[in-house]
Amino acid sequence: MTAAPVLALRGVSKRFGAVQALTDVDLEIRPGEVTALVGDNGAGKSTLVKTIAGVHPIDSGTITWKGDPVRITRPHDAQELGIATVYQDLALCDNLDVVANLFLGREIRSRHILDQVAMEQRAKELLDTLSIRIPSVRIPVASLSGGQRQVVAIARALVGSPEVVILDEPTAALGVEQTAQVLDLVERLRDRGLAVILISHNMAEVQAVADDIIVLRLGRNNGVFSAATTTGEQIISAITGAADNAVVRRQRRTTPEQEREQERASEDSTDGADGADGATGTEETQEAP
Amino acid sequence: MSDVPREKQASPGPATAQDSPATAPGADPAPDPRLLVRERGLAGYLEDFRRRIRGGELGSIPVVVGVILIAIIFEAETGSFLTPRNLTNIAIYIAGPGIMAVGIVLVLLLGEIDLSIGSMAGLSAAIWAVLSVTHGVNDLLAILLALGAGAVVGTIHGFFFARIGVPAFVVTLAGFLGWSGLQIWVMGDEGTINTPRDSLVRDFRDFYFSDIAAAYSLATVITAGYLLALWRHERRRQAAGLPTRPTSEILLRGGLVAAAAFITAYTLNQHRGLPLALVIFLAVLLLADFMVRRTTYGRQIFAVGGNAEAARRAGINVERVRMTVFTIAGTLAAFGGLFFAAQSGGAAKNLGSGNLLMNVIAAAVIGGTSLFGGRGWVWSALLGTLVIQSITTGLNLMGMSSEIQYMITGAVLLIAVVLDSVSRRTQRTAGRT
Repeated sequence: MTAAPVLALRGVSKRFGAVQALTDVDLEIRPGEVTALVGDNGAGKSTLVKTIAGVHPIDSGTITWKGDPVRITRPHDAQELGIATVYQDLALCDNLDVVANLFLGREIRSRHILDQVAMEQRAKELLDTLSIRIPSVRIPVASLSGGQRQVVAIARALVGSPEVVILDEPTAALGVEQTAQVLDLVERLRDRGLAVILISHNMAEVQAVADDIIVLRLGRNNGVFSAATTTGEQIISAITGAADNAVVRRQRRTTPEQEREQERASEDSTDGADGADGATGTEETQEAP
Repeated sequence: MSDVPREKQASPGPATAQDSPATAPGADPAPDPRLLVRERGLAGYLEDFRRRIRGGELGSIPVVVGVILIAIIFEAETGSFLTPRNLTNIAIYIAGPGIMAVGIVLVLLLGEIDLSIGSMAGLSAAIWAVLSVTHGVNDLLAILLALGAGAVVGTIHGFFFARIGVPAFVVTLAGFLGWSGLQIWVMGDEGTINTPRDSLVRDFRDFYFSDIAAAYSLATVITAGYLLALWRHERRRQAAGLPTRPTSEILLRGGLVAAAAFITAYTLNQHRGLPLALVIFLAVLLLADFMVRRTTYGRQIFAVGGNAEAARRAGINVERVRMTVFTIAGTLAAFGGLFFAAQSGGAAKNLGSGNLLMNVIAAAVIGGTSLFGGRGWVWSALLGTLVIQSITTGLNLMGMSSEIQYMITGAVLLIAVVLDSVSRRTQRTAGRT
């Protein structure tokens, strides 16, 4: 809201054969903010980040990087700009040690020979500044836990000093403790002034770390919400496209009467916007630039 | 779902999330006290060693123990196994399959297999012999053309595997048949072509650096080079503030290398000196080891073997790595073929057939390179061929027939693969605690 967007998408569309995966999607990513991208399965979240990461080039629309229009047609382009992606399937090599994984594809060399010492030193520095705890940087990634592997994957994305980091469901397969570690890491990235795009299905987690929440539904924008002023229900309504949806009906059955009254009250005091049409939410944050 | 609003109240957005890193336990940027820095000294080294063994990283221990056991058993049975003459023969005969096994190690690191190396070796020997003997081409040029043929053949395999996407197993199985057909066609009417007296290829078997200084100086250079490299590496690590190996470990490693080098040199000097074949084999091993462990390309081979998709996303040209590894394997198979020609006195229609292919693959696996890709080292080519050749030579000394040899070699291969699989499983379970 204060900083100018580092990355902005305008009217982006993407088509796969007969499937219109993305239609006129707008997106703004600002430095020092966590932007959550939510939506149901098949809403186009992964496709959207893949267009940014250069895996699927866009069919129409514009992408601007710090105000200048850019073309991202392959992963290399995105990396050049400073966009790093941590994919859902971690993309680590189990047989290589932590250092080798961190520098895979951009090894430090001196006179064409791998500089193991420099790489190990840089790796330790990087892991220390991120407060990442792993037993040793010289053990194969195969012997790390799921959470440790995830933070290594995220640290790997940071080796190239990116400005935008895309995390595709970073906590999907993690336990409680490990999820907390990853979310801590996300916050540290934000505090270092990076722009973070976080894809997640977990509303609690999204609301805990995100600044803005962008909802996609059936390949279209369906609202931009500020996490501070929005309830989980509003977001779920935007995700499912209706105020009366399975989630709400289930909640009505299971939540005790008293608590629900409380929620109603807090919801009324904030906005009361239905979120189902999405229009109000979108306008709210897009008047910034 | 009812905990969603509650969670929201706990930390509603950025306002309170700002100060949460300060209270989070992981936010302190001080060095991590839990980092497993190895204890200093020999005790720490032994502890680390025990942990590796328990974790399934057997490395080359079983094969070293195996070589020693084999030597003891055959010496006890025949009384002539540990003679300088026999050991020199072993040193010469491991060069051919050993050089081919280096190529197979690289292919196995990719997680693939090359079944055509026997045929490629035979084809290479045939091309060299026909060019050099029948057509009178310059000997060295004929050798280079034979190696070039190996490179081309390997690249063809790599192309069909990496670009077209045919499994390497099938491509090289087709090559196995096809190239031995070409070999027989190249040989034409000749059943065998004998190696000329003045040919360079004959030197692969018969040339010895008979001055005893040669073997000893090579042993000195190897030991000193190893110690110097190790020492400089540790100095740099120390300067960079990284944990270093204890001096006792460096001395222990240096001592083992020195012992192996000088005992070998002494033994060879007792017979006819340092054979050229062994020098070439060591050169190939050192070059390949350097490439695999110290260059970006070697790192890429491991990455592709470990997780090809991850390697692709890291910007590695997976197709190129795969193709070039098969090119190298083909070239080394062709090189090995010339050693077989040297040992059997010339090129023949059936050179490279029989159990050569299985022996070479078995050697790489016995030496400690995994069949499952991404794990292994170049020196397993030396260790593995040493095991296989020792068994073959020992059984020959005992007068065993070849069918017994086949069965024993098969059993040894099975043991090696079982060890590989078990160690892989142990790694999995020990890793995910």
